[in-house]
Amino acid sequence: MKFLPLVWANLTRHKRRTVLTTLSVALALFLFASLRSVVTTLRAGADVGSESRMIVQSAKAIVFFLPRSYKERLAAVPGVAAVTWADWFGGVYQDPKNFFASFAADAESYLELYKTDLELPADQKATFLRERTACVVGKRLMDKFGWRLGQDITLKGTIFQGDWTFTIRGVYRAVDPSFSEDALVFHYEVIYERYPQWVNPGWYVLRLKEPSLAPRVAAAVDSMFKNSADPTKTGTERAFNANFMTMWGNVSFLMNSIGMAVVFAILLVAANSMMLSARERTNEVGVLKTVGFTDRLLFGLVMVEASTIALGGAVLGLGAAKALYRPTGFSAMGFLPGFDVTNGTLAMGLGLAVLLALASGLVPAAGAARLSAVQALRHVE
Amino acid sequence: MALVALHNLSKSFQRDSQRITVFDGLDLEFAEGSFTALMGPSGSGKSTLLNLVAGLDRPTSGTVTVAGAEVSAMGPGSLAQWRSRHVGFVFQSYNLLPVLTAYQNIELPLLLTRLSKAERHDHVMAALGVVGLTDRAEHFPRQLSGGQEQRAAIARAVVSDPTIILLDEPTGQLDAKSAAEILALLQRLNGEFHKTIIMVTHDPHAAQAAGTVLHLDKGVLTA
Amino acid sequence: MKIPLVYNVRSLLRRPVSSAMTALGVALVVGVFIAMLALANGFKMALVRTGSPDNVLVLRKGADSELSSGIGRANAAIIAALPEIAAGSNGQPLASPEVFVPMSLDAATGGGDRLVVTRGVSAQAFEVRQNVRLIAGRRFAPGRDEVIIGSAIAPRLAHSAVGDTIHFGGRGWLVAGHFSSGGSAFESEIWGENEQLMPVLRGEFYQVIALRLRSAALFDEVKRTLEDDRRLQVDAHRESDFYAAQSTVLRVILNFLAVFITGIMAIGAVFGAVNTMYAAVASRTGEIAVLLTLGFRPRSVLASFLAEAAFLALVGGLLGCLVALPINGVVTSTTNWSSFSMIAFQFLVTPRILLEGVLFSLVMGVLGGFFPARRASHLPVIQAIR
Repeated sequence: MKFLPLVWANLTRHKRRTVLTTLSVALALFLFASLRSVVTTLRAGADVGSESRMIVQSAKAIVFFLPRSYKERLAAVPGVAAVTWADWFGGVYQDPKNFFASFAADAESYLELYKTDLELPADQKATFLRERTACVVGKRLMDKFGWRLGQDITLKGTIFQGDWTFTIRGVYRAVDPSFSEDALVFHYEVIYERYPQWVNPGWYVLRLKEPSLAPRVAAAVDSMFKNSADPTKTGTERAFNANFMTMWGNVSFLMNSIGMAVVFAILLVAANSMMLSARERTNEVGVLKTVGFTDRLLFGLVMVEASTIALGGAVLGLGAAKALYRPTGFSAMGFLPGFDVTNGTLAMGLGLAVLLALASGLVPAAGAARLSAVQALRHVE
Repeated sequence: MALVALHNLSKSFQRDSQRITVFDGLDLEFAEGSFTALMGPSGSGKSTLLNLVAGLDRPTSGTVTVAGAEVSAMGPGSLAQWRSRHVGFVFQSYNLLPVLTAYQNIELPLLLTRLSKAERHDHVMAALGVVGLTDRAEHFPRQLSGGQEQRAAIARAVVSDPTIILLDEPTGQLDAKSAAEILALLQRLNGEFHKTIIMVTHDPHAAQAAGTVLHLDKGVLTA
Repeated sequence: MKIPLVYNVRSLLRRPVSSAMTALGVALVVGVFIAMLALANGFKMALVRTGSPDNVLVLRKGADSELSSGIGRANAAIIAALPEIAAGSNGQPLASPEVFVPMSLDAATGGGDRLVVTRGVSAQAFEVRQNVRLIAGRRFAPGRDEVIIGSAIAPRLAHSAVGDTIHFGGRGWLVAGHFSSGGSAFESEIWGENEQLMPVLRGEFYQVIALRLRSAALFDEVKRTLEDDRRLQVDAHRESDFYAAQSTVLRVILNFLAVFITGIMAIGAVFGAVNTMYAAVASRTGEIAVLLTLGFRPRSVLASFLAEAAFLALVGGLLGCLVALPINGVVTSTTNWSSFSMIAFQFLVTPRILLEGVLFSLVMGVLGGFFPARRASHLPVIQAIR
């Protein structure tokens, strides 16, 4: 548009002010996108989980074992296509701060059941299955510690006392980014050799013949064991993960509150900046009106100015957030796998930028429109 | 034939609790192609009169008619539009936008028309030529002398070929030499280009450049 | 010669809206800063208050939390016989063998269930662990299916009122009373008799033996004795250190969040202050010129504008403190990843945190005001007067 040079000239009049204000908007929206992404990632994590898999855990608490004898009985439940089990190992690698998940599993059935979510080269899989003391690790974990295939690593047991050495024979990639690539899986038989009485499933995983069978299977399994010494609680994998995510507490409330405070703070900065500029240009408004610029036109010009700052900052801030997290594989120490800024968050951020433009530009724009030329010309700053 | 006609014009305004009357029932006409200087002491209402003619201000009663259009009856939106076509205004303090070059400043009124970029360019260059600033087109106001700034302001005032040119103390901030140049320019605009000019001034030397001199004192025309 | 602060304050008041907006921006940053610190502090305090330096927790060797530990009855008896253990009011040694398991319980609102630590304690526990006080009802009776619920967790669970029957581990338990423990993590637990809970939970094992020493200085000796004994296979931890270590993961996260979030917000607020101050300087060149002409040194002008920025930020900081104050005492809950169970704690605002907030605002003010103040002090007088 032909008025752009005028808008641009006004924006670059005080380059420092424009830059600082735009940067503030960028920072605020970057922060907003980051905070919101914590919420969306947690929610996405709750959504991960195949519809056709179910988790069977002890009804008493997740920390209780289930008998191994359940395996055959579970496999016989109508609707169940496959069964596997695993137990939380909780090993520490060198330093307790290097936290990652480690599982002792019924290896063959475990890899089989998760084969659509884990990409493991066939030769690595074969080697792993052959070797009792082998383990499989997720790619991200591998990269984090710089391990190599064939390397021996030692974990210190916390639940199962002692030092445990495994040879890395396989590296898996997650098909879906929300599936954790920070885990280590090994054969439960390793524990059996040292502590035979302690090797029991922490949970069973069932693959259903069809997702719609979930409620029926859950009811069947839980009623089967209801009056036994180890009653079960069965639910879809999705429900299991969702419950897990709620363990964080009221995170979304916290993040949203802070997000709002951030946006509001920045609104003040942007509005202040626009106001300062407007005040300095009262005289010019008078001149333009004398020349014949209409109130509406001047209103529009100020709004365009405010919008440029807001949208420019939005592109910078939102763009930085989008470009930062996913490509660097940021996952908050594994607590937030697949951390990424969703399109929904980007849209929200842009919406906020629009609101910002309106809120910061409206008062100066209306002021410019309403100002009589005569008064404006008389105005001395 | 009167291009500008003020009829039974009254203007007063409130300042705090006092009511100040600038004019009361003033009748005045300006012929087409005339160059009039309005003189008078400060507070005589000459700037107010200029603002009324330009449609920047509304009379309390009475009418202002310019080229047949009753300016005093127009709404603010129409006035803005009318101003862009019919009025070229020059201020004592030049009032160029500091962030724009001379060229861009002069182009401003044309942005309100439907002219294409090329057409605007022609008009601006013509205006620059008339005021003798062609070589300064890309300079910013801070890079121009006072006289040059005023010439740019005049170029801005004439670029859209307005019906009337109004000047408020155009030489007030200029040294004698620059002032003389400005006045010569105005005479040329009036003589060669037949522009109707109303100039408010308190400088008798500037008034001499005009064809007619009117004296205003406390809102009343005197000899 | 010093320029009086009144000049700065009045100047700020001449641009009320702009000054207010800048101060508000600072206020918001300080408010969020204080809230986050209060959150981290509350969590830390809950765990710090939980442990006493006089107490020792004995866990199975290698176990990093009570959750993964197991000590047999026989060994428990050996440990409880240590000479360094203080004697209780009933003459018995202050040693409490305890069962510790997170149990799945129904949440009070929102459906679903929560993992809550259930601790099977001995009668000695009430003396070994300090600050444990009954605030409603009575203690659980020995030999009965009865429990007492911690004050922080009771509101968050279903069927948790005194007299209700609460279900977990396949059984119903009478809620005999509620207890508090000085704001420590125990207030997020359910306590019952260890003999009653043992069969339900893990079988013939205790998870921890809590001992009160006759004096805190005896710790190293006790540690050596216990850890050198090959039959026992245990680790001894000072209770206060143990619980402090438990909070590491969450504390690291909270601190990171606090720094990250308020850091970014602070940059934005500083930018806002910079803009405001530059504009202020630009509009007051005439005044500055007068001051310099009168004889005030450029250094004084610099100090003056710096003070103005600092003062503005300070107002914002104080406002931020006021705004954040109501959050003190608000209870929130999250999961303590070391025990996998829910821990409820309060936001804790301390005078020190408030002071840090105010100092932070001053820093923002000085940072924001520095360059504009320098510009003011470098003003070429002649130019300004024109």
